[in-house]
Amino acid sequence: MSAGMIPATANAPGSLQRLLAHPLILIGGTIVATVALLAVLAPWIAPYDPTNIDVSVILMPPSWQHWCGTDTLGRDIFSRMLYGARVSLAVGFVAVGISLLIGLMLGAVAGYAGGRTDAMLMRATDMVLCFPTFFLILAVIAFLEPSIWNIMIVIGLTSWMGVARLVRAEFLSLRQREFIHAAQGLGVSPIRMMWRYLLPNAMGPVLVSAVLGIAGAVLVESGLSFLGLGVQPPDPSWGNILTEGKDNIQIAWWMSMFPGLAILITVLGYNLLGEGLRDYFDPKLRS
Amino acid sequence: MTAYISKRLIGMIPLLFGITIISFGMMHLAPGEPSVVGQEFNPKVSVEDIERLRSYYGLDKPLYEQYWQWLSRLAVLDFGQSFSADGRAVLDKVAERIPVTLSINILAMLFIILIAIPIGVASAVRRDSWFDKGMTLFVFIGFAIPSFWLGLLLMIGLGVNLNWLPVSGLHDYSWQQMGFWQQQLDLLEHLLLPVFVSAIGGLAGMSRFMRTGMLDVIRADYITTARAMGVPEGTIRYRLALKNAVLPIITLLGLSIPGLIGGSVIVEQLFSLPGMGLLFFEAVMARDYPLVMGITVIGAVLTLLGNLIADIAYAWADPRIRHGATS
Repeated sequence: MSAGMIPATANAPGSLQRLLAHPLILIGGTIVATVALLAVLAPWIAPYDPTNIDVSVILMPPSWQHWCGTDTLGRDIFSRMLYGARVSLAVGFVAVGISLLIGLMLGAVAGYAGGRTDAMLMRATDMVLCFPTFFLILAVIAFLEPSIWNIMIVIGLTSWMGVARLVRAEFLSLRQREFIHAAQGLGVSPIRMMWRYLLPNAMGPVLVSAVLGIAGAVLVESGLSFLGLGVQPPDPSWGNILTEGKDNIQIAWWMSMFPGLAILITVLGYNLLGEGLRDYFDPKLRS
Repeated sequence: MTAYISKRLIGMIPLLFGITIISFGMMHLAPGEPSVVGQEFNPKVSVEDIERLRSYYGLDKPLYEQYWQWLSRLAVLDFGQSFSADGRAVLDKVAERIPVTLSINILAMLFIILIAIPIGVASAVRRDSWFDKGMTLFVFIGFAIPSFWLGLLLMIGLGVNLNWLPVSGLHDYSWQQMGFWQQQLDLLEHLLLPVFVSAIGGLAGMSRFMRTGMLDVIRADYITTARAMGVPEGTIRYRLALKNAVLPIITLLGLSIPGLIGGSVIVEQLFSLPGMGLLFFEAVMARDYPLVMGITVIGAVLTLLGNLIADIAYAWADPRIRHGATS
């Protein structure tokens, strides 16, 4: 219902202020922006080369020289984490980009066409939904050689179901609205109808699920790296620093503590932002 | 009810087909042939051996014929032989690992239900209280925390530093010398951390869902009517409202099964538990294709069965479906 109002409210004067006035959006947005900034600026702000081995400082606890300590090869963990942030950022955005593309297309076709096409597409969606996708991701990545590109693609290919269902539901309800009937009466082509009238009105919930999807992708990537199927050493990612942390769990707590915190805070940021946006787009829920 | 169950069972058939197609496609996606991978430089494997493997897996035939062959073997539960040195049947290898994975996941689910429902109800009833706010914080952290990291921290804290709980495996070294009850206690101690780590994400989601559901129900007309009629508040909350708010939880539990089964790879790897997840991980790393495909199919079937059980439980709990009204 409220979805039809989105373009009007989103373009209304002062809406940026309203957006920032929302505590969840403000906190989540700040976290997300900070992490993104650190990731982009990593080459300039990292105090050390993330792959530089220095045997004189092996396994040093956190200090002023090494904020998050050093690992078994004397590499600076803080610098490695800064570079690891780039992996998380890239995987999150590209994977969600792919899942949005597939989800939007399938959902739009199903919701617009309705009938048998809709039933068939949604059946397929349900099937993928009850598949233990993590098994699929693991197997495909191991068979195709672990690389950041394969990870992005596979996560994207296995996470479009939510978006597809969402877009379909929005389209189905929007299709009954008067302005769509009017547009149909005027002879607007289906493609133009979807692109110009239906999609913009369904964008709110899609944006929310995209932001939450990034959080999910970051978690999956860290899990894969933790299992040794993600970014391959010596290139750093939060997950593979944690794997090395696990092997030295008894003597070097800092190797496990800081990358985990980074994942937790980043995912929390995306989740808070997503929840805030959901609230913002759907005031009905605020009650 | 019988009609409902049989309708659902028939509905599973196309899903099963889809699952086999995905799993089959996965094997053919991999570069190189499964029969050759890892054997190129093995002097013990002759050209004839490879040819034998090729014809066993039908790799010399066209794709649709291969799929059909594989499928007809599956129909009689022949998942083929593992590529590993022992060369045992895939089904046997999986069968001995399933109990560990199932018990961890079932215990995790029980844990989620027993903790999340009371938390959700209490948060909804005492909305905006300190308890509710604390629980909201817990939910957000529970959603965001990487399970393997939580597991690592618990291993450091409770296992290594305090030495309260064992950090790996299923049994203590002295398992053989223990009495029956001591053995059960030992098993419980070993399962405590893995079950908690598996449950954390679901726990957060479920308690949030329960809170929202309860808030929705409390606002419903029939609750207002009950209040107006002077029904005591306790009866309203815990008998009238709770019943309706719990129903959607069953569906959500069904939907959480793929996540739990997938997550068992990480949990079992972390705690070195000999379950299906760890077997899958080892199979993937060793490129043991028949085993990987077998576990994928079995995992998907388990998920389908879990969903079916959830739907049947829902139908059984919901009088509208129980009494034959079709939706």
